[in-house]
Amino acid sequence: MSVIALPQELSTVAGAPRSYWRTVAWRLARERATLTAGTLLLLIALSAVLAPWIAPHDPSAGAIRLRLAPVGTPSHLLGTDEQGRDMLSRLLWGGRMTLVAGLTPVVVAFLMGTLLGVIAGYTGGLANTLVMRTMDVFYAFPAVLLAIAISGALGPGLPNTLISLSIVFVPRVVRVAESATVQVKGLEYVAAAKASGASVWQILRYHLLANVLGPVLVFASTQVSLSIILAAGLSFLGLGVTPPAAEWGLMLNTLRQSIYVNAVVPALPGLAIFVTSMAFNLVSDGLRDAMEIRA
Amino acid sequence: MSPASLLQTRGLRKHYPLRGGVLRRAQAWVRAVDDVSFDVKPGETLGIVGESGCGKSTLARLILRLVEPDAGGVWFDGEDVLRVLPGRMKRLRRDMQLVFQDPYASLNPRLTIEDAVAFSLLVHGAGRADARDRARALLGRVGLDPHLYGRRYPHELSGGQRQRVNIARALVLDPKLLVLDEPVSALDKSVQAQVLNLLLELKADRELTYVFISHDLNVIEYVSDRVLVMYLGQVVESGTADALAESPKHPYTQALFAAAPSMDPDRRMERPPIAGDPPNPIDPPSGCRFRTRCAFAMPQCADAVPPPVAVGAGHDVACYLYGAATAVTA
Repeated sequence: MSVIALPQELSTVAGAPRSYWRTVAWRLARERATLTAGTLLLLIALSAVLAPWIAPHDPSAGAIRLRLAPVGTPSHLLGTDEQGRDMLSRLLWGGRMTLVAGLTPVVVAFLMGTLLGVIAGYTGGLANTLVMRTMDVFYAFPAVLLAIAISGALGPGLPNTLISLSIVFVPRVVRVAESATVQVKGLEYVAAAKASGASVWQILRYHLLANVLGPVLVFASTQVSLSIILAAGLSFLGLGVTPPAAEWGLMLNTLRQSIYVNAVVPALPGLAIFVTSMAFNLVSDGLRDAMEIRA
Repeated sequence: MSPASLLQTRGLRKHYPLRGGVLRRAQAWVRAVDDVSFDVKPGETLGIVGESGCGKSTLARLILRLVEPDAGGVWFDGEDVLRVLPGRMKRLRRDMQLVFQDPYASLNPRLTIEDAVAFSLLVHGAGRADARDRARALLGRVGLDPHLYGRRYPHELSGGQRQRVNIARALVLDPKLLVLDEPVSALDKSVQAQVLNLLLELKADRELTYVFISHDLNVIEYVSDRVLVMYLGQVVESGTADALAESPKHPYTQALFAAAPSMDPDRRMERPPIAGDPPNPIDPPSGCRFRTRCAFAMPQCADAVPPPVAVGAGHDVACYLYGAATAVTA
């Protein structure tokens, strides 16, 4: 019965070999949770990018008479905040800030951390000790405390938030990159490349980075949700984005006193943070599974 | 150095520090390879046999200068490998290649096997298309159809197939000398035989010289012209494969042959194989390193390392039992 279907089945098992990234894409495409979360992320990102065009109101224009309007108010679909500003518009605009604050530090940490980690791991010896012990100093502090301390010292504002969060995430990436590098460096295919006369650059490019970037990328993707929450946390404490700019953490802070007047509206930015970081987590989980190399 | 040898080593030594404490000072030294000298003539196969941890793999890496020795020298085709300039070293590397033991760790999981083989050619300046063609041709030569396997990744191949890829990678630069570090130890017996026969065929075809490292005496006997027996980083006996098989002299060699499974009941030895593990190479016994497990140990054995003594044509043994014979310069 299924004998006729066999050739088709075979093509997926033993068929034309595909490149690594096509395999990853193929695996990703059959993970329902990853796909759903990915679609959600795409929507969130899209709405953040398009905020200036799709937001129904000016995010900072308030109406004193329309404060804390409930969800479902005509022309204010998600209600208004404590100054009568449209919540939907503010959430859309706030997504821009939150995504920038969440992604930038991770991207910076990914680049700098990989560079430092691979150098430390590959050269070993004194350079390794120097880099890794310095990272340990940062690592000794809890992430939140470190972010607050640096932001507190630098002062509020988005650029300073990005700097402080980058400093939080670099050491973590360095650690992952360093341990992956040390592990790969000791493998025989690197020795084989040396034996064939390959330069350090060629070894790094073709043998090391190709095998180190994957795990580091997966690790970095798990940090995005944390970065979003930390960024929101800094804004909540008044150390991040400053009013009247819309940012989810900041909105949560300014709305928190209103929770007894209207419980639903103040919860909206929190929900947005939750959904976004959850989606990032699910996508990074899926990415980890899909990028696994079967040795 | 005499041009009759393709490869010569003299007094090779490598001690690895064991670091500890806050200052990471060397607390102790692992004597991986201690004073090893030998010659390999063009076209011959030198077998190196010994237990795990006796320094065989370190020796392989020393020969290819993947590890710098603490003392001693390596000469390839009369050229001092340890003192050549980097550019010349890169050229020399084409002539001496290594086949690794672990078919899993020795291939980059992110390169297709034809890319893995072609990589060495790219390193030496070949064009992409040319390198790929030559890699594919060589894959065919080692028994892997390039149309079927060329674009595959290592994880899609069996251990035996991977080892064929390793051999192709080592041969793609057209080397004169191939150092084989336990090339068949990780394979099943039947696959071992296939790979060994492939290696012998290739050797005849391409006029290769082999340094064949293994812990398996049967394999060594099968492929080698001459054999070096190592124990704890030192050579205890060397001679032609036949001489060693007929009349092993060193008590360790005798024990090795006694321990090797034999199909011939007449060849079973009365002497019991040695018991226990080799001593720790961090703190090897003084004098003859084998004396702690030797049935014939004498007080003299603890004093100094016995010098190699000729007991036959090209047959040397480092043991005081044969002390009466003329000593060869160490």
